Amino acid sequence: MGGSAIICRGLVKRYKDVVAVAGLDLEVRSGECFGLLGPNGAGKTTTVEILEGLIAPDEGEVEVLGMRWASDDHAIRERIGVQLQETKLADKLTVEEIVTLFRSFYRRGHAVDEVLDIVQLGEKRKTWVSRLSGGQRQRLAIACALVSDPDILFLDEPTTGLDPQSRRQLWDVVAAFRARGGTILLTTHYMDEAERLCDRVAVVDHGKTIAFGTPKELIASLGAEHVIEFALQEGQAPPEDAALLALPGVHEVRANAGRTTLTVEELHRSLPAVIAELERRGLGMTELSTHHATLEDLFLHLTGRHLRDE
Amino acid sequence: MRAHHPLVQLTLARFREFFRQPETVFWVFAFPILLAVALGIAFRNRPPDRVRVAIQAGAGADSLAARLAGAQALRVEVLDSAIAAARLRTGRVALVIVPGEPVVYRFDSTRTESHVARLVADDEVQRAYGRRDPRAVREEKITEKGARYIDFLLPGLLGMNLMGTGLWGVGFAVVNMRVRKLLKRLVASPMRHSHFLVSFALARLATVALEVTFLIGAGMLIFGVPFRGSVVAFAVVALAGALAFSGLGLLIASRTQTEEGVNGLMNLVMMPMWILSGTFFSAANFPDVMQPFIKVLPLTALNDALRAVMLDGTGLAALAFPLVVLVAWMVATFTVALKIFRWL
Repeated sequence: MGGSAIICRGLVKRYKDVVAVAGLDLEVRSGECFGLLGPNGAGKTTTVEILEGLIAPDEGEVEVLGMRWASDDHAIRERIGVQLQETKLADKLTVEEIVTLFRSFYRRGHAVDEVLDIVQLGEKRKTWVSRLSGGQRQRLAIACALVSDPDILFLDEPTTGLDPQSRRQLWDVVAAFRARGGTILLTTHYMDEAERLCDRVAVVDHGKTIAFGTPKELIASLGAEHVIEFALQEGQAPPEDAALLALPGVHEVRANAGRTTLTVEELHRSLPAVIAELERRGLGMTELSTHHATLEDLFLHLTGRHLRDE
Repeated sequence: MRAHHPLVQLTLARFREFFRQPETVFWVFAFPILLAVALGIAFRNRPPDRVRVAIQAGAGADSLAARLAGAQALRVEVLDSAIAAARLRTGRVALVIVPGEPVVYRFDSTRTESHVARLVADDEVQRAYGRRDPRAVREEKITEKGARYIDFLLPGLLGMNLMGTGLWGVGFAVVNMRVRKLLKRLVASPMRHSHFLVSFALARLATVALEVTFLIGAGMLIFGVPFRGSVVAFAVVALAGALAFSGLGLLIASRTQTEEGVNGLMNLVMMPMWILSGTFFSAANFPDVMQPFIKVLPLTALNDALRAVMLDGTGLAALAFPLVVLVAWMVATFTVALKIFRWL
C-alpha cells in the first residue's frame, strides 16, 4: 500500500449555465476503496468521468497512477477498469463474446473464464445480454472492467436499481478485488453501501467536497452516535427545539416533513426523557424509531437535506 | 491475424449483431426477392391487354359494335353517354367512340393508353368499313433476355440494397451504440479508434459479398436474369458502392445523438435516391436539367455501373465515371465523418 492512485486538485467543470464540479480536491490512496457519496446531481458522475479521462475539466489537475491525461491516455487506459452508470452492452451478444471483445483491447489481463468466475457468470457464458437480469448485467459490466486485471476500478453507482440480493453479490465482487490489493473509486447515493465498502469517503454536494474521512470518523463528527426519530398525531406541534435540547444527551434537533429527528449520545438516557417530555405535554406519537447514526444523518446534518431527496 | 486481435473481435461482434436480428436478415435478403417477385408479376411480359373501348349509345351504335365484334385488339361495349363519360374519366375505358359522320374519338390525349386505343380503334374501324392495306407486312416477335423489366429491376434492387445496408448497418449501429453509451464505454478502454471504424468496413465487406451473391443468384435462378460481364468488374463496382454508402452512413451518424434523429436523416438521404437514381424506372425519365445532378448521386452511379456490367458486359475501363463518383463519395464522407465524429 501507500502512495496515491489518484490525485486531483481544484477540479472545475461547467456546462452552459450549470457548474457541475466547483473546485474539487481528492486523493485516493492505492489499495483503498474510496467512496464519493452524494445525492443525484451532486457532480459525482462528472468528477468520475474526468478522472477516467472521458471529460476534460475546465480547470484543475488530475493524476492517475502518476500519469496525466492528454499525454499518457493509452497507458492509463491499459491500467484502469471502468463501469459507467448507464452503459447498455450489445443485446445480441453473449456474455462470453462481450468479455472476449473487451479482453482483446488490453495487452495483459485475466483469461475470460477467470473473470466470469470472479463475477459468478460462468453459467451464463452462452446467454445473450438481452436475457440477463439487472444484477447479472451489472456484474457483466464489472467483468468488462475487471478483465484487464486493472490497478484501479472505477464504479459509478454500481448498485442503483438492483434488488438487495444482487447488491450483496456485487459488493462481494468489489470486496474481493479490494482484498487482492486493487484500488477502487466508487460513487453512490446509498450510505449503507459507502459504510460497508469504503475505507474513506468524500461527501459531495453541489460539486464540492463537504466532508472527508473514514465512515467512522465522519459519523463520529456528529458528536453523537444515535438517532431518535418520532412523528406526532395530526395537528400537534412538537416541543420547541430548546426544550428538546435541554433533555439529557440530546445534541441536535431537526424537523423535517412532519418528523422530528434528534441526535443523541446515549440512547438509554435520552429515549426515556424524550418520551416523558412528550407525555408531560400531552402529545401523542404515531411513530417512534431509533438507529445508529449513519452517513445519511451526517448528510442531513451538513446540508439539511436527505441524500435521496430529488 | 490472431483470433484475439481487437480488429477480429470487433468485426465479429458487428457481424454477429447483424445476423442475430431476424428483421435485418428479412430486410436484407428476403425483402428484395419478394419485391422482385411482386414487381416481376405486375410487370411481367405478356401480350398487351385488349384495349377497352366504349361506343356511345345512339343511332348507328349497334351496327358499329357488330362490325367491331371481330376485332382482336379491342374490347367493345355500348354505353349510355353519361356512363361512357364517367368510365372514360375514371380510366375504365380508354376511348369513347361516338358513331355518326364523322366518327368521333373522345379521349384524354395526355394518356399513353388512350393514344394507343385511338390508333388501334381507328385501325379496326377503318378495316371494318373496308379499308385495304396497300403493302403486305409480316411480324416477327421476340422476347430477349436482358431487355425485360425484371432484368432492369434486379441490378437496381441490388443497388438499393447496398445503399440500405450501408446506411443502416453503419449509421444506425453507430448511433445505437452512442445512445446506449457503449461508444463511451469503448472509449474508456484502450481500444484504438481506427480499429473500431475499420471493423465496420470489414463487417460490411463480408455482408456485401453475401448480399450480392444471394440476390444475383436468386435473380438468375428464379427469373433467368443474364449476367454478361466479368465477376471481378462486378465485385469492384459493388465494393465501391458499399464503401461509399458506409461512408455516408458514418457521416450521418457522426454527430447524431438519438435514434429518431438518425432515422430522419437516413430517410432524407435515401428517399430522393430511391426515386431519382433509376432503381425502379430509368432516371432518363427526368428532365435534362436534372441529369447532371442525378448522375453524381451515389446510387445512380452504382445502379448504372451494376446494370452495365450485368446486362451489357461492360468492362471496368468503360465504367470510369461511375467508379470515380463512388470513390469520391467514399473519400469525402469518410474524411468529413472522421473529422467531426463525436465519440461521447
